[in-house]
Amino acid sequence: MGSRRRDRRELLKSGAAMVGGLTFGAVMPAMGQTPSPTFIRGNKDQIAYGDRSHFVTSVRIPHGGRPSPDPFGLVFHVATPLQDSVGVITPSSLHYVATTRGSFIPDIDPREHRLMIHGMVDRPLTFTIEDLKRLPSVTRLHFIECAGNRSTPKAKTIQESHGMTSCAEWTGVLLSTLLKECGVKGGASWFVAEGAEEVKGASSMPLAKAMDDVIVAYGMNGEPVRPQQGFPLRLMVPGFEGIFSTKYLRRIKLVDRYYMNYNDYGHLRQDANETALGYQVGPKSVITFPSAGQQLSGKGFYEISGLAWSGGGAIRRVEVSTDDGKHWMDAEIKATPQRRAHTRFGCPWNWDGKETVLLSRCTDELGQVQPTLAQVAKFFNVPLGEVPGLDNTIQPWRIASDGSVQNGHA
Amino acid sequence: MGTHRFVACVLLYGGLLLGASVLAQSSPTYGVGRTPTAEELRALDISIGPDGVELPAGRGTAKEGAQLFTSKGCAACHGANGTGGRAPELKSKDGPSVDTWERGRILPVRAPFATTVWDYINRAMPLGREGTLTPNEVYSLTAFLLSINEVIPEDQVLDDQNLPKVKMPIGDKYASLPDWKPKTRRLRGYPY
Repeated sequence: MGSRRRDRRELLKSGAAMVGGLTFGAVMPAMGQTPSPTFIRGNKDQIAYGDRSHFVTSVRIPHGGRPSPDPFGLVFHVATPLQDSVGVITPSSLHYVATTRGSFIPDIDPREHRLMIHGMVDRPLTFTIEDLKRLPSVTRLHFIECAGNRSTPKAKTIQESHGMTSCAEWTGVLLSTLLKECGVKGGASWFVAEGAEEVKGASSMPLAKAMDDVIVAYGMNGEPVRPQQGFPLRLMVPGFEGIFSTKYLRRIKLVDRYYMNYNDYGHLRQDANETALGYQVGPKSVITFPSAGQQLSGKGFYEISGLAWSGGGAIRRVEVSTDDGKHWMDAEIKATPQRRAHTRFGCPWNWDGKETVLLSRCTDELGQVQPTLAQVAKFFNVPLGEVPGLDNTIQPWRIASDGSVQNGHA
Repeated sequence: MGTHRFVACVLLYGGLLLGASVLAQSSPTYGVGRTPTAEELRALDISIGPDGVELPAGRGTAKEGAQLFTSKGCAACHGANGTGGRAPELKSKDGPSVDTWERGRILPVRAPFATTVWDYINRAMPLGREGTLTPNEVYSLTAFLLSINEVIPEDQVLDDQNLPKVKMPIGDKYASLPDWKPKTRRLRGYPY
């Protein structure tokens, strides 16, 4: 006990010396330390709002082969660099962006912005952002995933195959709190949420979801929701396809039937199974390291790391295979899995330097298990390349004997 | 005794009714937010449901719509007659004899309600000048698109009364929506 305390004191002392070295490194070298060769001079901008190290260069990329921004400044789909992710929170600057048809990002003055709730309610109400901040709030981790987040044989990296999902900490008022304030009329069964951007994007959703866990969010990762994510208000609809999480939220209308407005038309399907699978995101996991495009430096120890998530709730189990599915082992789930949030998993691996395939699969709290592409193709009775709906299948990463990693679908 | 029972019944039912009306008119907990004006409600409520109750008064014909399709710039992106442009196709190559699902993803053909077409044009068109069309112009453009796809006759005048009654080719041949409940699997019987 005593020796441990001494160790800690010594550690503190050397820590203080290190800080000294960083601050005054150029002028007076700290005792017993190699002076830091370069330093970042304090400047006003960096003190006011800090940047990441210039050695860290991870960026988002346009998704699906469409330039973003386009020559007119329209923003299309942009994918998050999952290959560089650690932990579960996606920094807001790297959070994926999707727009319904290519959008200019609206520049909304939050003091002018209003949310109106009306339709089948006793009292229609209009809220300012200040009003909303007076009400009891929730702060929760949730992923969002675009319905277009599909792995194809063409994807060269995980950013291309899986980058249209991200996870953030969302703060706001539960929609159920606001609806109770308005008083829900009997017979109301659906609601329409609408944004304030140029196309006034609108989606119909079941009222049961509104009463369950939908958040009218003004906060994201400890600050106001960013413009690309819906500033000043975003309807956070946990676990549903990303398009339902309505940005620039200006209006919610309670109705007694599916309204078939704008985004709803895009969800129109012939097959009931496809429609059902299109709402709630299925259990999905992917290994972020090692993943396609990365390079192993040689045989030996690596911790395989990845993310798992499900629209059905919390992740209960993640399994990893390092021999193309012959054997599976339970991965370690890092921290307590949150409902409808990315969950980090890890798995120790000693690579013998031979060619192999890495896989991961997850199970959620409802007992839903992530399927293989072949299983889903069989279910829909279609070829592998024509599986409909949001892809939640197992991603194979092929490790070559030279340590390079490739998409196993290729 | 009969009278007493009658009085008791009246009191009981009266009490229940009173209780029910109190329950139906729930009271606010926080008293935050304000009541929107009738004007605000009218201006913002652009969600047109299948029965069309939100439709503004107005009328339009395919002939007027054909002119607007050019003058408002629709043709520049969607092609001269709703086909062959950069923007999504608006005219089906196939006639009504072909199954709707085989005719491609063409809004005025596949939409289950004519109100969906009206709502879409009204809220999201023309690109870059959204929200500038008058109700009459939206009725006219809707009539034009339905007419070139043989959904309505060329000479039909569309208005807020008959638009919701237009029979769309898809009928009810589309998947109904899942009855979503919390804590349920995505699809009953789905093995994964």
